[in-house]
Amino acid sequence: MANIPFTLNGQPRTVDVVPEMPLLWVLRDTIGLTGTKFGCGMGLCGACTVHIDGVATRTCQTAISNVSGRDVTTIEGLSSDGSHPVQQAWVEVDVPQCGYCQSGQIMTAAALVRDNPSPSDAQIDRAMRGNICRCGTYQSIREAIHRAAALSNPAAANAGGVPGASNGGAR
Amino acid sequence: MTAVQHVHRRDFLKAGALTVGGLLLGFTIPAKIQAAAQGSGVAEINAFVHIGVDDIVTLIIDKAEMGQGTVTSLAMLLAEELEADWTKVRTEFAPVDTAYGANQGVFGSLSIRTSWNRLREAGATAAELLVEAGANRWGVDKSVVRAENGTILNTRTDERFSFGELAEDAARLPVPPNVAQKDPMRFRLLRTSPTRLDTPAKVTGQARYAIDVRLPGMLYAVVEQSPVFGGSVASFDDRAARGVSGVRNVLQVTNGVAVVADNTWAAMEGRKALKVEWNEGPFGSESSASIRNYFQRLADTAGADARVEGDASAAIAGSSASVEGVYEAAYAAHASMEPYNCVADVRENSCDIWVGTQVQTQSRNTAADISGLPPENVTLHTQFMGGGFGGKSRDNYVVDAVELSKAARAPVKVTWSREDDTRHDAYRPVSYVRMNGAVDADGWPSAWRAQIVCPSFAGLRNGIDRTAVEGIANIEYAIPHIQVQYTPPELPIPTWYWRSVGYSQNTFFAESFIDELAAAGGKDPLDVRRRLLADSPRMLNALEVAADRAGWGTPLPDGRGRGIAVVNNIGSFTSIVAEASVEEGRIRVHRMVCAVDCGHIAHPGIIRQQIESGIVYGLSQMKGGITIENGRVVEGNFHEFEVLRFDEMPVVETHIVESREMPGGIGEASTPPTAPAVANAVFAATGKRIRKLPVRPEDLA
Repeated sequence: MANIPFTLNGQPRTVDVVPEMPLLWVLRDTIGLTGTKFGCGMGLCGACTVHIDGVATRTCQTAISNVSGRDVTTIEGLSSDGSHPVQQAWVEVDVPQCGYCQSGQIMTAAALVRDNPSPSDAQIDRAMRGNICRCGTYQSIREAIHRAAALSNPAAANAGGVPGASNGGAR
Repeated sequence: MTAVQHVHRRDFLKAGALTVGGLLLGFTIPAKIQAAAQGSGVAEINAFVHIGVDDIVTLIIDKAEMGQGTVTSLAMLLAEELEADWTKVRTEFAPVDTAYGANQGVFGSLSIRTSWNRLREAGATAAELLVEAGANRWGVDKSVVRAENGTILNTRTDERFSFGELAEDAARLPVPPNVAQKDPMRFRLLRTSPTRLDTPAKVTGQARYAIDVRLPGMLYAVVEQSPVFGGSVASFDDRAARGVSGVRNVLQVTNGVAVVADNTWAAMEGRKALKVEWNEGPFGSESSASIRNYFQRLADTAGADARVEGDASAAIAGSSASVEGVYEAAYAAHASMEPYNCVADVRENSCDIWVGTQVQTQSRNTAADISGLPPENVTLHTQFMGGGFGGKSRDNYVVDAVELSKAARAPVKVTWSREDDTRHDAYRPVSYVRMNGAVDADGWPSAWRAQIVCPSFAGLRNGIDRTAVEGIANIEYAIPHIQVQYTPPELPIPTWYWRSVGYSQNTFFAESFIDELAAAGGKDPLDVRRRLLADSPRMLNALEVAADRAGWGTPLPDGRGRGIAVVNNIGSFTSIVAEASVEEGRIRVHRMVCAVDCGHIAHPGIIRQQIESGIVYGLSQMKGGITIENGRVVEGNFHEFEVLRFDEMPVVETHIVESREMPGGIGEASTPPTAPAVANAVFAATGKRIRKLPVRPEDLA
């Protein structure tokens, strides 16, 4: 066991766990933040995605020892009230079905939209292909990411002007 | 019989959140359409609506939410007729109790179909009671009073009471019989797409699934199960496992050997260090190849007749243009994103379980059996399901959790790993079908014969398991000579309901084979379907709408083809036109145009969600399947059991056909026609006929 300090959703935090324990299980079982989900345990599905120092990261593949001194943001810390542009866009498009994968989808999308104010469909494909949704919300997610980009950066959206252009008029 | 009735709070069961007074009505949502049609005896109350003095309208329902949108669409049925303020409508899951009916659950795409009339009737009745209470307060005739957006309005004076202000008065009035419901053309809430009630919780990480439940003193467990179907524990060595930090106990349970620990990860690490010797049993030498040989032999023998019209064998023998195609589908896992799990807290005289289950009554009864307590001492807490697709209508994981909590004398959460979920599921059955057919002198299909070999899980009636033959035996095509036979093989691999059940593989077979017959007769696949469905107006209409919106017959880019398929299942009529090509040895699906006639609609946004969802599920079964080697499932995690990923998602266009028929189901509507539409498109693009699910690269070469 070892005391490992890190920043969690803006607050300093220290956990006393075995250093190999993945951040996923520290969050879920030790700390009790259950918005981050277990889906595969092999970094194949993206349900466990959080931001570590701002980078979308699979917590099931991240030992807590590697988080020491770093800054972790989970779905619970993305905003205090669901007001992050990605969350707003997710509500406007009404993306979730079962909802289980959506924390991971949102965290991956939030990193994408922050780094790329007007992502193309191909860029969205590349960023999102590691996040599986068995309910098949992919088309809604694509629309919501375009919408989130517009909400985050109205100027870019007006200049680029293609939110939802890929969805074939399905909505 | 009055369908809606007052319920006294003191008689009302446990549905926790109703802490304020008000109007409480009970009514019945038939669990199955058949039961409703028979209308036998006194129906049991299984749904409640509460209108609180705080103006909050709460619908307590015995259903569960696995992503299909049930809580939202059912609440809309009620709110429409009640003229409720939608922002003040809530839902709660009912506890399990016979008061809520004999078999609580969500299956068969039944929720809207069974609730359409009753929930609207309940809403209309509650509104009528509130109107009458308002009229009494004002001392006016109720003809000048009406319900509007959560209030009761005196149309003469423009005075209003909120629902809450009248709820207690309404609770003292007799329930009026046969309150009229709106003409669907006057709906204001229904047929619109308000944000789903569960969306805010699902975008903030607040939605709670069973896997998220945490109790004081709770332990965490995983279970190593026999890798071979039908195997059992011979012995195990737990010394190393017990040495893993955080491991509390290792013990044999019904489903294998469990490791109990302070957290999930410690339990998983302990399991890695566990050594179990298995009695593999007789199935240890079997494989997908040996199963295929077995099925092939059975297909050569006569089966039980599922349908006979005319003389298909003679028609095929006498035709100069006969066609044979052997079709196969592999086992398919459900692969919900939330792996199977359950939390149990067994005490001296009580057992509580937290579980995402499609069969609440059955899960409660399982917990009662395993805990040794009477069912009334067991409380099941229905949680959101992180996907279900039919898989969460079994309950091995309930067995695990209750056994372990009983042994540990503490609350226990059992979590199946992704590999457990894939390798110990109950699968959509493997299937082998020999299709034979013929066309007449003019090139139109004249004969249809199928030898179906597919395991039975739903029981045989006159030698037929309906779930194994549906989609082939009950085709609506007007073909003069039809013979469909069925033979059930015996295998120890559990099989079960999987989104759209028999249609998931059989519609692929049937809709591909009708294309083979069209090609044999030199006909356009759409023209053949049009001709053979002339007497099936709803199928024909769905077909025409899909073909029209897809631009059937218009030019496509080089290398692309179009394919069409149509199905009638779950009371809905669904057609898809796919555009696909083969690129670098893989199928690329570009566009899916879907037309669905599902009768009256509640929430068009949820219908679109479900159509897209069913298509993704159908595309996924073209990609990933379950293989057996040495009696074991080969595939474990998502790199082996492949599912559709984001960059493979085609553009999906959903067209809801205007319909005034009774509502059909929607959750399983678009899965069946997906694979055949794509396979037919691949044939149109390449001339290559796909006859197997999943599609392997060699099948495209």
